[in-house]
Amino acid sequence: MKRFLGFVRKEFYHIFRDKRSLFILFGMPVAQILLFGFAITNEINNVDIAVLNQSKDVNTQEITQKIDASKYFTIKRFLTSEKEIEEAFKKGDIKAVINFEKDFSEHLIKEGQGSIQILTDATDPNTASAITNYISSIIQSYQQQQNQGVQMDYQIHPEVRMVYNPELKSVFMFVPGVMTIILMLVSAMMTSISITREKELGTMEILLVSPLSSFQVIVGKVVPYIFLSMINAAIIIFLGITVFKMPIAGNLILLGLESVLFIITSLALGILISTMVKTQQTAMMISLMGLMLPVILLSGFIFPISSMPAPLQVISNIVPAKWFITIAKGIMLKGVGLGYLWKETLILIGMTVFFIALSIKKYKIRLE
Amino acid sequence: MGILVENISKSYKNVAAVKDISFEVKPGELYGLIGPDGAGKTTLFRILTTLLVADKGQAKVAGYDVVQDYKNIRHSVGYMPGRFSLYQDLTIEENLNFFATIFGTSIEENYDLIKDVYEQIEPFKNRRAGKLSGGMKQKLALSCALIHKPKVLFLDEPTTGVDPVSRKEFWEMLKRLQQKDITILVSTPYMDEAALCDRIALIQEGKILEIDSPEAIVKKFPKKIYDIYASNMYGLLTALKDFEHAHSVFPFGEFVHYTDKREGFDSNELKIYLENKNLQDVSISLTEPDIEDVFMELSRK
Amino acid sequence: MKEENVIISKGLTKRFGGFTAVDAITFEVKKGEIFGFLGANGAGKTTAMKMLIGISNPTGGEAMVAGFDVHTQQDAIKKNIGYMSQKFALYDDLTVAENITFYGGIYGLSRKQIREKRTKLIETLGLGEIAHQLVGSLPLGWKQKLAFSVAMLHDPQIVFLDEPTGGVDPITRRQFWEMIYKAADEGTTIFVTTHYMDEAEYCHRVSIMVAGKIEALDTPKKLKEQFEVSSMNDVFLRLARNIE
Repeated sequence: MKRFLGFVRKEFYHIFRDKRSLFILFGMPVAQILLFGFAITNEINNVDIAVLNQSKDVNTQEITQKIDASKYFTIKRFLTSEKEIEEAFKKGDIKAVINFEKDFSEHLIKEGQGSIQILTDATDPNTASAITNYISSIIQSYQQQQNQGVQMDYQIHPEVRMVYNPELKSVFMFVPGVMTIILMLVSAMMTSISITREKELGTMEILLVSPLSSFQVIVGKVVPYIFLSMINAAIIIFLGITVFKMPIAGNLILLGLESVLFIITSLALGILISTMVKTQQTAMMISLMGLMLPVILLSGFIFPISSMPAPLQVISNIVPAKWFITIAKGIMLKGVGLGYLWKETLILIGMTVFFIALSIKKYKIRLE
Repeated sequence: MGILVENISKSYKNVAAVKDISFEVKPGELYGLIGPDGAGKTTLFRILTTLLVADKGQAKVAGYDVVQDYKNIRHSVGYMPGRFSLYQDLTIEENLNFFATIFGTSIEENYDLIKDVYEQIEPFKNRRAGKLSGGMKQKLALSCALIHKPKVLFLDEPTTGVDPVSRKEFWEMLKRLQQKDITILVSTPYMDEAALCDRIALIQEGKILEIDSPEAIVKKFPKKIYDIYASNMYGLLTALKDFEHAHSVFPFGEFVHYTDKREGFDSNELKIYLENKNLQDVSISLTEPDIEDVFMELSRK
Repeated sequence: MKEENVIISKGLTKRFGGFTAVDAITFEVKKGEIFGFLGANGAGKTTAMKMLIGISNPTGGEAMVAGFDVHTQQDAIKKNIGYMSQKFALYDDLTVAENITFYGGIYGLSRKQIREKRTKLIETLGLGEIAHQLVGSLPLGWKQKLAFSVAMLHDPQIVFLDEPTGGVDPITRRQFWEMIYKAADEGTTIFVTTHYMDEAEYCHRVSIMVAGKIEALDTPKKLKEQFEVSSMNDVFLRLARNIE
């Protein structure tokens, strides 16, 4: 018994004297709870929507105001014609369009019915359902308000259309998201241990005392993985199409090129981690913990970014995965081309250059 | 193309690893840096191969300054670090090819230079470096350091952890390399290897104790040294340490190396003293000091 | 030095799949002897030692250590011997005193005994205030001496030392060997492996292992006479050449 206690006491010493284990015990749970708590939400908040009001009469104005006033929605734009609807969704800055038919109030009074069309971007089926439900219930409550105490005079039945994903297949959200995560994690993890491995094994010394430049070493370590990750990407897309029956609405070649770009971005991020960390174990931990969680939570893969508190929304902008998911969904589900995605593409290119430049700068040409 | 070290100092986190060290290696010399772990040998090597920057002092390798002209040095020296630094999952040939290529040469071009060393492991050239014995790794690492025909060769503890046969062969190879006009700086904790160098610097706790040729260093030993034997080693050590005139008492194999505080003394007097302590088979004879004796005497101060 | 044998090995063998690491070694070690177990790296020394200290199961042969069978009484062996390995002996992130207390507990000493031994050890080694420093901050030489003392904490009959003196300066190495001499003088048997051939000279008898077999076993003096050389290093070189 005494031996056992002596042993346990020693273990306590180890735990408290190792800064890393203390961090894992106390630091990480706190950080994770905060992150999870704020990011994980199935609710929607401040979702940007557009309104096409072909009547512009009392009722439609009142309904519009009610929707705008709610915390769930922000009316970003007013469209002027039905032609603009498709364009609006392609652009991707609004998640739903509320389409009031012509002469809404007239129809309501004369025929007892008014038509409202709710079109929702269903590339994210969960959010789409929520959006539709919330809008519907706002309209319902408006209707009840109007009909207070009185026998139901008129009814408003919203017609719902799920754009891009009529059957609300979650796989449509799932496949681009998973592809993003796998490409990012695998690429980053592989390169993150690449330089640290040389440090740990001692071969780094030899590499330094040689004519190789930092640029040659860094780029040289990224290049082999590009080809390997491309194969990965191809497999995922292939499986998505054949097994999960995902349609590819847009240009497959563009998808391929953008994937390569994203792969390079992830590889560059991995190399950056590699230059800053001493051991492979730490590198793996950072790649796994430090990258996986933000990617899953903050990229908009599962949980809508717009529903998160402002600070998290800002942070999500520096997660490369966020931009690639937009690109992937855009090409696969919406069929849009570079014309709509140039901003995201440019951002990824910028991030890649930044990571590589920073890696070269941080690559220590000496041992300490 | 030699090495010049002037007043180099380097500390890590308040621990001084190298304290104001100066020495010079002449072109074509086989120079040994002799000292135990923690003496500062590896730190010094890393400064000279431009991997670390010294806190104070200057150094030049093959005429280039280690700080300003580090790129030139990195293009022209051969370096074999303490852990042999080979790619374990590459074969012997792949390793050699890699190092040849990044230095802009090929195995064929400088084959003559490494032939002596490489032909011993060439039959195994398709074996992975991770599966080699210590002696073979050593030869491969040396080949890789030589393949680009360096002017200066830095070998950091190349024989540590390697069997005595390989150790002996390695030094024979070094002697032959010296004839090809390469300046070689070797560090080692083995005192017997020191005797094989042209000149040596004894180093302990970051400071140089002495620099000279091995023969000259041994001649400088200030006292007469005696081999003392008795059948009970422990008893002998205790008795000698209690002897009031003892200057140094160190076990050396089956004997004890003894030096006396006095200039001349009568060994018979000591013999009688020891026999009075009930020690059997006592014998005392004059002997020659070796480098280890010198090292210990110098590090005692 | 009494004539009683504290280690007896008969044909002790260890195989890993098709590879024979230790090939039927036979030898005895007397009480109070300093026995040197020499050989190059990879010759099988550490594997053999692991069997003798009860942490590895032999594939064949027999051995008795401190009167206990290495096949069936491994726990008893562990209780009666001390062990020090070069790779690890003490916890770097514990203080000297904490290490002593911990190992004392592991060896089953009472609190009173631990306290007494701890005080005595600190005094004998002249540690003073260093006793409350983390072991990781001590120089290598101190760590070694400390590790040896801790291995002896429970006054074992036999102490097994696996490559105990790597890398330290010549003076510290000799101070370490003087500790070994003292222990042997007081009746503890010392079984030490080393690849420093000059340390072989400090032993009463040595065995040299090559590729799993014992190829030489005698006092250093007799071995040097046999091979007509003047140092143990040369004995090894001759032996290696003969075997080729």
